[in-house]
Amino acid sequence: MAVHPTLEDAKGERNLRLAEANNPSSKVLRLPASEPLKLACDQLLGPISIAYETYGELNAEKSNAILVCHALTGDQYVASTHPVTHKPGWWSTLVGPGKPIDTNRFFVVCANILGGCMGSTGPASIDQRTGKPYGLNFPVITIGDMVNAQVRLIDHFGIDQLFCVIGGSMGGMQVLEWAASHSERVFSAVPIATAAWHSSQNIAFHEVGRQAVMADPDWCGGDYHAFGKVPRNGLAVARMAAHITYLSEDALHRKFGRNLQDRSKLTFSFNADFQVESYLRHQGSTFVDRFDANSYLYITRAMDYFDLAAERGDVLANAFRGTKTRFCIVSFTSDWLYPTRESREVVHALNAVAANVSFVEIESDKGHDAFLLEEPEFFATIRGFLSAAGVKRGLKV
Amino acid sequence: MQKYTYASGTARVDHQLIAEMVAPGSRVLDVGCGDGSLLQLLAETKNTDGRGVELSRERVNACVMRGLSVIQGDADRDLADYPDQAFDYAILSLTIQATRQPKTVLENLLRIGRRAIVSFPNFGHWRIRTELLFTGRMPRTRNLPDPWYTTADAHLCTIKDFADLAEHVDAEVEEAVAFNTSGQRLPIRHSIALQNLLGEKAVFLLRKRHVE
Repeated sequence: MAVHPTLEDAKGERNLRLAEANNPSSKVLRLPASEPLKLACDQLLGPISIAYETYGELNAEKSNAILVCHALTGDQYVASTHPVTHKPGWWSTLVGPGKPIDTNRFFVVCANILGGCMGSTGPASIDQRTGKPYGLNFPVITIGDMVNAQVRLIDHFGIDQLFCVIGGSMGGMQVLEWAASHSERVFSAVPIATAAWHSSQNIAFHEVGRQAVMADPDWCGGDYHAFGKVPRNGLAVARMAAHITYLSEDALHRKFGRNLQDRSKLTFSFNADFQVESYLRHQGSTFVDRFDANSYLYITRAMDYFDLAAERGDVLANAFRGTKTRFCIVSFTSDWLYPTRESREVVHALNAVAANVSFVEIESDKGHDAFLLEEPEFFATIRGFLSAAGVKRGLKV
Repeated sequence: MQKYTYASGTARVDHQLIAEMVAPGSRVLDVGCGDGSLLQLLAETKNTDGRGVELSRERVNACVMRGLSVIQGDADRDLADYPDQAFDYAILSLTIQATRQPKTVLENLLRIGRRAIVSFPNFGHWRIRTELLFTGRMPRTRNLPDPWYTTADAHLCTIKDFADLAEHVDAEVEEAVAFNTSGQRLPIRHSIALQNLLGEKAVFLLRKRHVE
């Protein structure tokens, strides 16, 4: 693997990002071609890399491990500084010493998903058969494939049963997939702001994002790496549209209203007159600096394909029959991307199999993004649930 | 976390009675579990595996923060999801009078639990009877403090009424206890008519006569 740039010779964020996609700053588990991953599309993928971070210590019984699953544009840097943006970890308010996911008590693992671009095998990774990035030669993957890759990592640690699998949004889908397909390996599960299948409206938003990327001439049919280009505009537009869905009308109104950006009157042009326009443009352009456009296509596709019930005779309860996992399901009042009723569907299915389930709807006006923010009631719920589950698991307080 | 000391009398009297009826180590569903104090009492004194359903979001969140397994839900709407005989006991404490369909709720309790435990305020209590008789207005007591236009209690009943409903849904009354305003248990030898007159609240332990 010598054809791609290394961290040392990386110049600018694009190179840095490409370097991170193949030689991440974090730890990496590299599985040889002899141990390929069998994908839902029936292809074998290998060799594969799984880039991950860990926090805290695994106890002797290996019973205190928490797997954190990240969302669409997240990564393994859940509680450590991001190597490209140099920002704090995306859940550093929730994960850390003395935090609700207390790294003094728990061994926390977070891996970049399969299909991601921060060091786990994805479309920006070098395909060893060609020596070039996979691009569109990367197979279409599913949430189940992502989870199967995580299973390899958990096997690598010799952990039979995770104390908890937790995540929000697409991370929550992975939590549900873990609980449905590997229930004996999950003592407790916390799916947050998520659903058991991707709704038609959510597929629609994703399609807008993908079309924006693919309409950008710099996408080059997915082969932009070869031409030294990046579909900046397309990916930025995709991010701008998606970002709106992560907020709520109230939150947008409170933050921006109709306020003008650094000007006192309208310019009668298409410049960013309004603060909200300027904000979205900023969100779009900073995202492009840290994320691979093809990864965005593949991951959104995996989310669209997610449907726990469809694989099980269209009965969601079948996904959880006989489960001994303790569930804590969390939704947020103003989340219209994964509304409370979709969490309630999961609760109903779990009730139908008399599973051990808690369900909390948190009052927040911050929309879907609330799961990434410091909401005191949300944090207290996670802390309370984990400590009660810890007692049941026999973990030392 | 608030601890319940069983002997100190801090637990609600109906909770103590319910705890006496529950066998150790059983699976319990508490419908309308409020702040979770009964679930916690049962966990601490009877080592139960408990679940709760509660309408108020704030109370649900408080329960989960205390480490109890509770979901936000509605006795009228959400009990239908549960499979038959999923619990040893399905408990409805001081909640049946606030449901829209008490008969359906009771039938669901008897289906979900091998036994159902229901406690309720007794509208046949002499104080309520006299208040209605002498004032001509809807009675307001310590037990039922809200005026008729704000109370959530849509289906108040007497001990006799409840016994009739139990008969109507083919439930066998294994135990029925009433207690007076000082929280004292009324002697078991009292007739149902006397219990209905002197009992402020009642707790019934029921089971379905014929399980299909």
